[in-house]
Amino acid sequence: MNLEEKFQSKVDQEIKIEPKDWMPDAYRKTLIRQISQHAHSEIVGMLPEGNWITRAPSLRRKVGLIAKVQDEAGHGLYLYAAAETLGVERNTLFEQLHDGSAKYSSIFNYPTLSWADIGSIGWLVDGAAIMNQVPLCRCSFGPYARAMVRVCKEESFHQRQGFEILLALSKGTEAQKAMLQESVNRWWWPSMMMFGPSDADSPHTARSMKWKIKRFTNDELRQKFVDVCYEQAKVLNVTLPDPDIKWNEERGHFDYGEINWDEFWDVVKGNGPCNKQRIATRVKAHEEGAWVREAAMAYAEKQEQRKNKVA
Amino acid sequence: MTKLKYILQLADTALILGHRLSEWTGHGPILEQDMALTNIALDLVGQARSLYQHAAEVEGKGRTEDDLAYLRTTTDFLNPLIVEIPNGNFGDTIARQFFFDVYNHTFYTELQKSKDATLSAIAEKSLKEVKYHLRYSSDWMRRLGDGTEESHQKIQTAVDSIWMYTGELTTMNEVEKEMLSEGIGVNLESIKPIWTEKVKAVLAEATLTMPESTWMQSGGKDGKHTEHLGFILAEMQHLQRTHPGATW
Repeated sequence: MNLEEKFQSKVDQEIKIEPKDWMPDAYRKTLIRQISQHAHSEIVGMLPEGNWITRAPSLRRKVGLIAKVQDEAGHGLYLYAAAETLGVERNTLFEQLHDGSAKYSSIFNYPTLSWADIGSIGWLVDGAAIMNQVPLCRCSFGPYARAMVRVCKEESFHQRQGFEILLALSKGTEAQKAMLQESVNRWWWPSMMMFGPSDADSPHTARSMKWKIKRFTNDELRQKFVDVCYEQAKVLNVTLPDPDIKWNEERGHFDYGEINWDEFWDVVKGNGPCNKQRIATRVKAHEEGAWVREAAMAYAEKQEQRKNKVA
Repeated sequence: MTKLKYILQLADTALILGHRLSEWTGHGPILEQDMALTNIALDLVGQARSLYQHAAEVEGKGRTEDDLAYLRTTTDFLNPLIVEIPNGNFGDTIARQFFFDVYNHTFYTELQKSKDATLSAIAEKSLKEVKYHLRYSSDWMRRLGDGTEESHQKIQTAVDSIWMYTGELTTMNEVEKEMLSEGIGVNLESIKPIWTEKVKAVLAEATLTMPESTWMQSGGKDGKHTEHLGFILAEMQHLQRTHPGATW
């Protein structure tokens, strides 16, 4: 067996690949791309939600939201650390985010316009993220799989928190109910797009599945999402903005309408409502933080020198 | 109700500083520091909740923690001015936090002896958090002060400009005097020398100069604020005010 065959046989036997093990270059590259995209999504994802921290409508909601956004920073940290095991520095990854060469989940290029959006992000966006991420806990690459176990636990808490925000609105005033429906109308389709292009247009799926980075296809996960959300929408008393959703007895699933792929590719290419704003915000924080990072380094070096002098 | 005012003063202080720190979330200079500032914000808003809940109970008029936080106006708020000062750069935020933490740490240590059992319990719980805040802000004072030339200059400027808001922390108003005489409040006069001593020590380690000016701003604890507070409240309270009586 050559190296590649040995690698594949480990993957086939569900033995985790660890950072020091031999792996095909393309496997490494795919993982770096996927993990860093995921890390960037966590960090950029802090912005649309952080946007509402200072305006959260009750102290309990404020505490919940601050804690949630902080969890996302934590997820970003583990994921950058997982990417680093593949030999790429956090700073390099930041540069790729800032210069636009790295992508992050397009969903965060949509604006949060009302408090209900904080609920919708929890229910739909985190809901879709969980569908994508639970299978990643069994990803063939050990550090990613282990990071995802923790991420998923917190995400499912966030999802419940989001649903509960919406549930409160659904039992509220007419204005709150309208806020809820309007928000779901805006977030439904972008959430459906989070699973990525249709299987027919997803060239890497087969290889990622063979490597057990991916366990289900985009369309399989999207279907699961629709099936789950349909029932939950009833509890919230909202209408999903897709007139074509209906139960298909034969398939045992809900049918759903056509996704606007032009919009999807437009946002991926950088033309979403907030792409420029999100990146500008990240770049600004990074640039304005440069003197702080330099100070921390300089201080640490001075401390090291002092320690050596004493010794 | 002097006691109500006293508790609100503490609650408002924690909430407004927590609010300011939460403005950093997602914008920190380093991911780890973003998390740390957010964590302190979370602790402070948590402390504010316990205090508002206690205030609501003491008042006994059926108002809730949210009524107290969201439906009082600028002149009703009783926090010292220092906590409402805008974040500025990371150094400005650290200097504000450091001066406050030194005070808050000593304050909560003393408040544990309060005759008000709830205040004493809140103090004991908060102190665990505030110890960490103080360690964090003191560490960053040293790093920035004794870091690069640029950081030294920035943090010295921050120290100099926030200095005039520090005096109010340890100067007693009428409410605080009355609460002290009843064994509920803390003697700020006795805190003052401890504060000065601790601040002096850290500034020295940080190679920073302690400002000599003794002229101090005050008024926040009696409801006379800077122009900044109105904007904080406008943002914080807008949903509660737009949808009167709604439950969230």
